[in-house]
Amino acid sequence: MTMNNIIAQRAALVEQAAAQMGKNIYNGTREKDQTARTENQKEGASSKVCTLEEAIRKSGLKDGMTISFHHHFRAGDKVVNLVVDKLAEMGFKNLHLAASSLQDVHKPLIEHIKNGVITEISTSGLRGELANEISRGLMEKPVVFRSHGGRGSAIANGDLHIDVAFLGASSCDAAGNACGFSRSENAKSICGSLGYALPDARYADKVVILTDDLVQYPNTPNAISEHDVDFVVEVESVGDSSKIASGAIRDTKNPRDILLAKQAAKVIINSGYFKNGFSIQTGSGGASLAAVKYIRESMIEQGIKASFALGGITAHMVKMHEEGLIDRLIDVQSFDKVAAESLMNDPMHKEVSASEYASADTPGSATHYLDIVILSALEVDVNFNVNVLVGSDGIIRGAVGGHPDTAADSALSIIVCPLLRGRIPCVVDEVTTLITPGATVDVVVTEYGIAVNPNRPEIAERLKAAGLKLVTLEQLRDHALKVIGQPDPLPFGDKVVGVVMNRDGSVMDVIKNIKE
Amino acid sequence: MKEAFAGTLESGDILVRIAPAENKGLEIDLESTVAYQFGRQIKTVITETLTGLGINDAKVTATDKGALDCTIRARVTAAAVRATGKDVWKD
Repeated sequence: MTMNNIIAQRAALVEQAAAQMGKNIYNGTREKDQTARTENQKEGASSKVCTLEEAIRKSGLKDGMTISFHHHFRAGDKVVNLVVDKLAEMGFKNLHLAASSLQDVHKPLIEHIKNGVITEISTSGLRGELANEISRGLMEKPVVFRSHGGRGSAIANGDLHIDVAFLGASSCDAAGNACGFSRSENAKSICGSLGYALPDARYADKVVILTDDLVQYPNTPNAISEHDVDFVVEVESVGDSSKIASGAIRDTKNPRDILLAKQAAKVIINSGYFKNGFSIQTGSGGASLAAVKYIRESMIEQGIKASFALGGITAHMVKMHEEGLIDRLIDVQSFDKVAAESLMNDPMHKEVSASEYASADTPGSATHYLDIVILSALEVDVNFNVNVLVGSDGIIRGAVGGHPDTAADSALSIIVCPLLRGRIPCVVDEVTTLITPGATVDVVVTEYGIAVNPNRPEIAERLKAAGLKLVTLEQLRDHALKVIGQPDPLPFGDKVVGVVMNRDGSVMDVIKNIKE
Repeated sequence: MKEAFAGTLESGDILVRIAPAENKGLEIDLESTVAYQFGRQIKTVITETLTGLGINDAKVTATDKGALDCTIRARVTAAAVRATGKDVWKD
């Protein structure tokens, strides 16, 4: 065969193969792009980098759709207000705002609700003036409250469908690789883990990353992959990192909190779960965060090491990890700057999504491997039910958070709360709002004694043997009433302002409006 | 009777102002962080404390931060003593 024949025969075979596969034949005409690739990363050149307004337009957002946000900057968040102001300016109406949580700083949403820009809210928590107004009936539709694990499940299974996610990141490259810290010299902010943003990034139809540090490609390691990102918007600031460790997660100096923390530490040490390789989580609230300080000494004395600490990671946890007392840190949310920096620098400090952290239907979620959790409460009732969302004045003032997730999944859940806050009792006949069912709560620690759930007689025995004073919740309730008198019932109205979802997606309770 | 104060605005305390009555009887203006559950009870304690001291006409302005009844009684009594000049503890 001649050379020409060979080439012709091969071309015929290529044609035949293409026809069989229903594909075109390569035509070899594509030209090389000679632009320096750093040029391609700039605004206007990259297909993803654009202004906020362009991102909103291109995302296809329409009235009535669902937008989402994370709350890793907590009280320092700037993204929610920035984006919703822009959406209002662009004339959007009837939007459903699905945030992982909302804080005092989101007070400007009140005006956007009044103007019909936002008509539905899903969140883990509400605080401040926004919570106050909503408790009094600001919105027509009730706010839907989910736990962090419950939100992860709802996003994954479609109960909570997100059309466009607006996610703040401390660094992002032009391709959309984003994370909660920055390694560049222009770093402006740091929030550490982006755990609550990861389900949004994965499942939202469109994902917009807002960043205050647009870094050179490739931004590694990254929390959110370019694969999930549609648009990248550079902004002046995504959040004030100094305000992360404020509010519910400040370090306590309150002597009563310290007493409660010490008592909780005694419960842990004598619970039967304080063994080499145990795992632990502390929730927000001064006393529960402080408890970890007091188990440290016993760990050193008894030569006990923890396999991992989970959840909101704090500077205390990082310190114990660096001392070799805690092997790994699993971080869905960095509670302070020290934790955020540890996540950036330490490969043993692992970032997890809300689903991998605490979803009931994710078999591998970390809460399933959790031994001990210490949690706070606004109210506990005589049946061990806990409320962490609605104050005893009927006003929403907290967050569901991971409370019901960790209480349900852990081997031992400990609630730490004072008997009274001012004149408000924390141990009551019935919680104002049910957030964490009593069946999942094992021990309640107050400054007037420790109550153990009757379902856990073995724990009661161990604590008694250790010389701890055990009481019943009925005794604690009666003691509170003796000091403060019998409170009048709250003036609730007939409007439902909030619906509390269980982590399995069922409706567990409602919150009614409080009348003036 | 002259205007007098007792108490503070600290958590767990109550600031009580007593002034001469503008109308007959006790006029109580209460602002409280626990008004829903304890407003009624706080007003009763203030009224009982004052009438117990023989004061039936006065204007009372109270700002409560979750004080217990014993604290309320003590602050109202102190304010009444300052307002009337009659030392109930000595006399």
